[in-house]
Amino acid sequence: MRKRNIAAALGFVFALTGMTVHAMADGIDDPRRADYFKAFAGKTIAFVPVTMGIDLTEGWASVMKKQADRLGMKLEIRDPHFSADAGAQAITSLIAEKPDVLVVHNPDVQSYARLLKRAEEAGIHVIQINMRSNYNSDVYVGADWIGIGEGEAQGIIDKCGAGTSGKVAVLQGQPTSGSDSGMMKGVENVFTKHPEIKMVANLAGEWDATKAHSIVSTVIQQNPDLCGVVGFWDVMDLGAAAAIKESGKPIALVTSGGGEQMACDNVAKGAFDKEIAYQVMDQGRDLNDMIATVLESGLPPGSLKAVVYSPQLIISKETLRPGLCWSASELKK
Amino acid sequence: MLGRIRSLAVSQEKIVLLTAIALFCVFSIFLNGFLTSGNLVTLVRGVATLGILGVGMAIVVIGRGVDLTIVAIYAMSAAWTLHLASLGVSIPAALLLGFLLALTVGVINGVLIAYVEIPALFATLGMASLVYGFVRFALVPLYVVYMPPSANDIAWIGGGFVWGAPTPILFFALIALLGFAFLRFTKVGRFIYAIGDNFAAARISGAPVRPTIVLQYVLSASIAYVAGMITATAVASMNTNVANSSLIYDVILVVVLGGIGLSGGRGGIRNVIVGTLLIGILLNGMTIMNIQYTLQNVIRSLILLAAIVLDSLINPRDEQTAQQGDI
Repeated sequence: MRKRNIAAALGFVFALTGMTVHAMADGIDDPRRADYFKAFAGKTIAFVPVTMGIDLTEGWASVMKKQADRLGMKLEIRDPHFSADAGAQAITSLIAEKPDVLVVHNPDVQSYARLLKRAEEAGIHVIQINMRSNYNSDVYVGADWIGIGEGEAQGIIDKCGAGTSGKVAVLQGQPTSGSDSGMMKGVENVFTKHPEIKMVANLAGEWDATKAHSIVSTVIQQNPDLCGVVGFWDVMDLGAAAAIKESGKPIALVTSGGGEQMACDNVAKGAFDKEIAYQVMDQGRDLNDMIATVLESGLPPGSLKAVVYSPQLIISKETLRPGLCWSASELKK
Repeated sequence: MLGRIRSLAVSQEKIVLLTAIALFCVFSIFLNGFLTSGNLVTLVRGVATLGILGVGMAIVVIGRGVDLTIVAIYAMSAAWTLHLASLGVSIPAALLLGFLLALTVGVINGVLIAYVEIPALFATLGMASLVYGFVRFALVPLYVVYMPPSANDIAWIGGGFVWGAPTPILFFALIALLGFAFLRFTKVGRFIYAIGDNFAAARISGAPVRPTIVLQYVLSASIAYVAGMITATAVASMNTNVANSSLIYDVILVVVLGGIGLSGGRGGIRNVIVGTLLIGILLNGMTIMNIQYTLQNVIRSLILLAAIVLDSLINPRDEQTAQQGDI
C-alpha cells in the first residue's frame, strides 16, 4: 500500500517534471503568426484628409502611423488643405501609384464619389472616415451622424421643454457635407415629435467661428427669448458660445465634435452645455482594425461593404472627469 | 479736372450709400426686429473687423498699390500670438512677437515693391502664400489655435464692452478716425495721394516716394494685426484657414465698392465705412430672413454687381480713365 503510494507520488513528480522540461524545451508556435505579419509587410496606406492640422485628422493620422510603423507598413498623407480640387488630384495620382489601402475623408458627398469607385476598380481598398461620399466603398468608419443629430436635439429638448419659449436655432456647418445632412436629419427626426420646439433659424456658419458669432448674435437680437442653439461642430461653435456669452442670456448650446480637450475645457467653464462626441482615438483604432481586416482577408477591393459606427461619448458637467478628452497638442510632442 | 474727379468719386460713393439706405429702409419696414438698437449694434459689430481691414487696404490702394497679404497677416500673426501664449510665453511678450511678425512682413512687402520694384499685385500675392506656408510650417503646427486660459486678461480686446458698446466697434471707429486724420492732415498722408495720382510727378516734386510706399505696407500690416487680435479674442480661437478664404475679396470689395478706385489717388476712409455698412446691412438682413448660405452668396454678388453696373452706367469710362487702367 505504502509502496504503491510512493510509486504513484514518484510517478506524478516525474510526470510533472517531464511536462515542465517539455514546455521549456519547445514553445508552441502560432501557425497564423507568420502569415499575419506577411500580410502587412511593405504595404502602403494613403490618407487623404480634408485638411491636416485639425484635431480630427491629426488624431487619426497619429493612430494609423503607430500601427503602420509596428507592422512595417508605409503611411502616406496627401494634405489638400481644404480644397476639394486638390484632394481630387491627390486621389487621381494615388490611383496611378496604387497604394494598398486608401483612407479618404470626404469634403462632401459628391466630389470624390466617382474617383473612389475608380480606385476600387483599380484594385485599391477604399476606407472612408467620418465624412462619407455617395459611393459605398469597402468600409465606412465614423460617426453615426443621424444618431448624433438625434442626441443633440434630445439634449436641447431637455433644456428647452415646458416653461421655456421652446425657440431653438440650428447652426449648420456646410449643408452639402455628409455630416451635416445626417445631423440635420437626426435633428428633424426628434423635433417632429416635439411640437413645442420652434426652430426659429437654420443657418450655415461655413465651419467658421467668426461667421457663427455674427449669425448667432443676430438670431439672439431677433429672438430675445431664444432658448437654445444646436451647433454642428465644436470648433465653429466657439463663435456661437462667444455670442451667447456677450448677450448675457442663459441660452443653452449643444454641440458635437471630436472630443478634444478644448471640448472638455469649454464644458467645464459652461460655454458648451453638452457635446455629443465621436472619440477620435477610438475611430483611429477602428480604422486600424479595418485596414488590417481588408489586407488580411484577401477579399478583392469593393466586396466587403462594412460600416463601423463610432459609439457616442457625451461630454457634460455630469460626465466630466480628467482624461475624458484627448489632447491634440500632446500628439505633436 | 480736380472737380471732375471729385464728382466722379462722390457719385460712386453716393450710389452705394443710396443702395445701403434703400436696403436699410426695406429691411426696417419688412423685417421685424431689424430696426432695434440691439440689432443695429450687432450689425456693425459683425462687419467691424472687415471694416478695420478695409481701412488698412484703403491706405495702400489710395497710393495705387494693393495688399493681398493683409488677410494672411491678420490670421497668421494672431494665430502665432495665441500659440505662443499657450506654450507659456507671457502675454505681453506674445503680443509683441506677433506684432513684430506682422511688422516684418509689412517691411518686406514695402521693400519688394518700393526698392526691388516688383508690382504690388505679384509681390503681395507671393508673400501671402509665403506667410501662410511659413507660419504653418515653422511656427504654428495646428490648424485652429485656441486661446489659452492665461490669455483671459486680453479677452476684452474682442469680447468686451465700453459704455455698452462692443469693443470691436470702438476699435473700428478709432482706427477709421486715425486713418482719416493720417490721410487728410499729415504730410505723408498727402504724399500717398500724390503718389497714387501720379507717381512720376510726386517723385520729381521731391516726395520721398520709396519710404512712403514702405510705410503704407507697414501700416496695413499693423492694422491687420489689430484686426486679427480682435477676431482671435472675440471667438477665443483663430482658424488659420481664413488666410486662404475669400475674405481678401471682401476686403477689396468694401474698399472698391465704397468708391476708392483701384487706379489710386482718390477716395478716403469715408468710402470704406459706406462700403462696409452696405455689406453689413445685407448680411444682417439675410440672416434675419433665414436665407440659406448658398442663396445668400448669390444675392450678395447680384446686389454688388448691380451697384457696380449702375456706377459704370452713370459714370462711363472716358479715355483718360481707360488709359490709366485699374491697378
